Amino acid sequence: MTLTLESVSKVVRGETHIHPVSLTLSRGSMNVLLGPTLSGKTSLMRLMAGLDQPTGGRILWEGRDVTGLRVQDRGVAMVYQQFINYPSMSVFENIASPLRIAGLSRPEIEERVARAAAMMKLTPMLQRKPLELSGGQQQRCALARALVKNAGLVLLDEPLANLDYKLREELRAEIPAIFEEAGSIFVYATTEPHEALLLGGNTACLWEGRITQFGPTAEVYRKPGDAITARVFSDPPMNFLRVQKRGARLGLGSGQEIDAKGPLAELPDGRYVAGFRPNHLGIEPRGAHLLEFSARVAITEITGSESYIHVDHGGDRWVALVHGVRELPAGAEQPVYLDPAHVYVFGEDERLVAAAPYAVAA
Amino acid sequence: MNDKPVNHRAWFMVLPVVALVAFSAALPLMTVVNYSVQDTFGNNQFFWAGADWFEKTLTDPRIHNAFLRQILFSSIILAIEVPLGVFIALNMPKKGVWASACLILMALPLLIPWNVVGTIWQIFGRVDIGLLGRTLAGLGIDYNYTQNPIDAWVTIIVMDVWHWTSLVALLAYAGLRSIPDAYYQAAKIDQASRWAVFRYIELPKMKGVLLIAILLRFMDSFMIYTEPFVVTGGGPGNSTTLLSIDLVKMALGQFDLGPAAAFSIIYFLVILLLSWVFYTVMTAEDAKESKR
Amino acid sequence: MAKITLSGLAHSYLPHPKGPKDYALKRIDHEWEDGAAYALLGPSGCGKTTLLNMISGLLQPSEGRIFFGATDVTDMATAERNIAQVFQFPVVYDTMTVYENLAFPLRNRGVRGEAADARVREIARMIGMDDRLNDKARGLTADAKQKISLGRGMVRNDVNAILFDEPLTVIDPHMKWELRTQLKALHRQFGHTMIYVTHDQTEALTFADKVVVMTEGEVVQIGTPAELFERPAHTFVGYFIGSPGMNLLPAQVEGSVARIPAGEVALGAAYPALSGEVEIGIRPEFIRVTGDGLPVRIRRVEDVGRHKIVRADLADRAIDIMVPEGAEIPAEPRVRFEPEAINVYADGWRVAPGGEREAA
Repeated sequence: MTLTLESVSKVVRGETHIHPVSLTLSRGSMNVLLGPTLSGKTSLMRLMAGLDQPTGGRILWEGRDVTGLRVQDRGVAMVYQQFINYPSMSVFENIASPLRIAGLSRPEIEERVARAAAMMKLTPMLQRKPLELSGGQQQRCALARALVKNAGLVLLDEPLANLDYKLREELRAEIPAIFEEAGSIFVYATTEPHEALLLGGNTACLWEGRITQFGPTAEVYRKPGDAITARVFSDPPMNFLRVQKRGARLGLGSGQEIDAKGPLAELPDGRYVAGFRPNHLGIEPRGAHLLEFSARVAITEITGSESYIHVDHGGDRWVALVHGVRELPAGAEQPVYLDPAHVYVFGEDERLVAAAPYAVAA
Repeated sequence: MNDKPVNHRAWFMVLPVVALVAFSAALPLMTVVNYSVQDTFGNNQFFWAGADWFEKTLTDPRIHNAFLRQILFSSIILAIEVPLGVFIALNMPKKGVWASACLILMALPLLIPWNVVGTIWQIFGRVDIGLLGRTLAGLGIDYNYTQNPIDAWVTIIVMDVWHWTSLVALLAYAGLRSIPDAYYQAAKIDQASRWAVFRYIELPKMKGVLLIAILLRFMDSFMIYTEPFVVTGGGPGNSTTLLSIDLVKMALGQFDLGPAAAFSIIYFLVILLLSWVFYTVMTAEDAKESKR
Repeated sequence: MAKITLSGLAHSYLPHPKGPKDYALKRIDHEWEDGAAYALLGPSGCGKTTLLNMISGLLQPSEGRIFFGATDVTDMATAERNIAQVFQFPVVYDTMTVYENLAFPLRNRGVRGEAADARVREIARMIGMDDRLNDKARGLTADAKQKISLGRGMVRNDVNAILFDEPLTVIDPHMKWELRTQLKALHRQFGHTMIYVTHDQTEALTFADKVVVMTEGEVVQIGTPAELFERPAHTFVGYFIGSPGMNLLPAQVEGSVARIPAGEVALGAAYPALSGEVEIGIRPEFIRVTGDGLPVRIRRVEDVGRHKIVRADLADRAIDIMVPEGAEIPAEPRVRFEPEAINVYADGWRVAPGGEREAA
């Protein structure tokens, strides 16, 4: 089972919503569409489902062109951010509804509903109406209905966004296991990098209607092909630093000049943008191989186990994520330290020039 | 708009409706067009008249006067019904038994057939047996809608307001109900006056439904026939002869089919044009605002 | 600005509440210090919004009094209380410009002229909207609208407190960072008393000096982020704070040793004999995967970038373990708990090493 998009694009009233996209999704795979609001996640899903007609390109299902085919004829299931169930039907009837349409026999319906309900921990609630359930249970009901359909393609459009943090965490942990069992092609849209990482599978980064990168999730995270992907796939946001390479030295925007180390040492002279994630920026000099930057504390946020230290370095705002509770006074001078092994180097065109050595080694 | 995947089978589903509409609307309309360019002296013999009837209609002072009366009528009832409807909607209870009771009460006038409304008011206003007419006479007010043109106008306007303000009120009420509570709470916190709440929260959020209400009331009042006809029959004199009453007089009273047909077509085009102007002006304002 | 005192405050939506079950908010006595930042954290339906609405005056408590400073405000209307509130969905006056939105609360109070103009511009600069003063509010993005809501609250000099009702719900992750730090900077600079309601632990912990954890209409713990993380007073706090939450294992505690089905675990302190249902709690951060210790069976490893979450079975119990980025997991994994990080619970409440039970 494969779903192939061949340079599929979408233009609405002269405005490009989706730039030509080519993508192949295969059976039993979890595919995350990661990008901010309005980056084209929902538009792309609607094209995959057949709810919208692409302006250009073809959509193939197992090699067969399905571009013009209606959504009803495609075998697609979809779950939305809002909890959408039939309010007047019981949970059982809700889950059974796609099976009744498919004309399955009564015992078979009962068996498949029971299985899906057990998977989604809905068994004790089968006789209740959706509105008598909590938000998390309502969304489980919608997910069960999508699963039971046995559709080749299951589209999940930010399904957990309206749930409480803790509920989200629990369902997120369950979803990958459930999907491995089901064997369909799953497409999951989210704005949160953390969610993409937890779901695993493959990730496509979206930015302004373009897929900037597609590949196994951990690989896209550790080897972003350009600065946009790195920015989208980093929470807290990735830190950036403009540098000018001159021989063995690096000129920084702040006027500071430091020795070029790690991947920076081997670059030809020129202007670059260095990117590094907050968890790799520290406040302790743990060795001579670290790069040291002068900075000023803007604010600290403490989560109980970790501290986010927001600093200003020559007009750039960086975040350092460090272990433990570190309350630093705002305005204080605080040098920050960075292992060159964790630095990504991007060209002025934002393309990746050199990946962080630690990620290449992994 | 989204282009949906193409499926030509859908056309077969629409066919019966297309046929029905063609039979009930398009064919009679073509008959009217046919009449409007011909003349007849009876015996089913028709002569080509070209644009004569259109010229006559456009220059006829009788029709001009009916047109002016019509504009006046529609303007007055819009000026009363829209603010009044909004005012009622603002004061209706938001939830509970009273909200439902109010809704039912408001819906009642809308359920009464046009000619019944006319008859009710025709009797209600009579000086000899009507409750209103007798009461006013008892109070020493000289009121008689069959004699005095101003009394006749007041009667048909009050009748229309009674009949149709509910529609505006219900639409406005629906608009108000869609405003999230947080807006009112924020306004309280900002110490906004009642007027400011109306001006900056309720009115902007009601705008969409009010536009529909105004359009509906305008079109409907511009075509009004039954109720004023039942009450005044267009009189006294021609003082309440609105466009549609005049048209019926011409077509059925005098059997001037040609002029009446031309009149109908112009009437139709005027309503279409005015509605279009209304709609574009009000939505253009909207589009301009959201673009900024 | 003022201290806020809740005295015997409780609320039931029923006219004649019979038992504790009928209360949406159970009795609470608390003082909110002047100028501090608080978060009310809990799942949906825990009573946090009920409490917030009573402080803002949108809801009249069925029992108890509320004081701002020395003034009893229980019967005062919202407008008289001089508070500001930012709602879950951005509330702006669509037809007004950004400037008019910010000036609106001042105008309603009869403040006009140069003083008002200067204040509006100052606030606009603080919330980073000074270059968009003439834009219509309706065309703005959700985060810009939330900034305006906040600005409208702060534009008055005399606000007693600023209340937030899940203000970042509709904001994208990247903008959340920006808004949150801006909020925190504004708090530090101006020292308003702030109360922030949320179900999101990251928002609560990073924003607040003190977090009030609530569940089922009851406050279970009030503490600093570090206290909530290291010494959760109730198993609910252990579960609710931390991602994933604390691992709880039924145990028998004898002195400084806890016996669990998988074996024995050393504790950081000695405990007296405990009654009731006894559990030990250990956060995933404080479990080490090593070559010795208790054997576990690994079900799944989730790579979340800066660390890995290991889902494992310890005897018959599922536990979560966090291992750092790049760490190797041995072929025959065993785990060790950091003794100092283990908390002991009896009937859900934490027992201090002396044997004393905690309560909210």
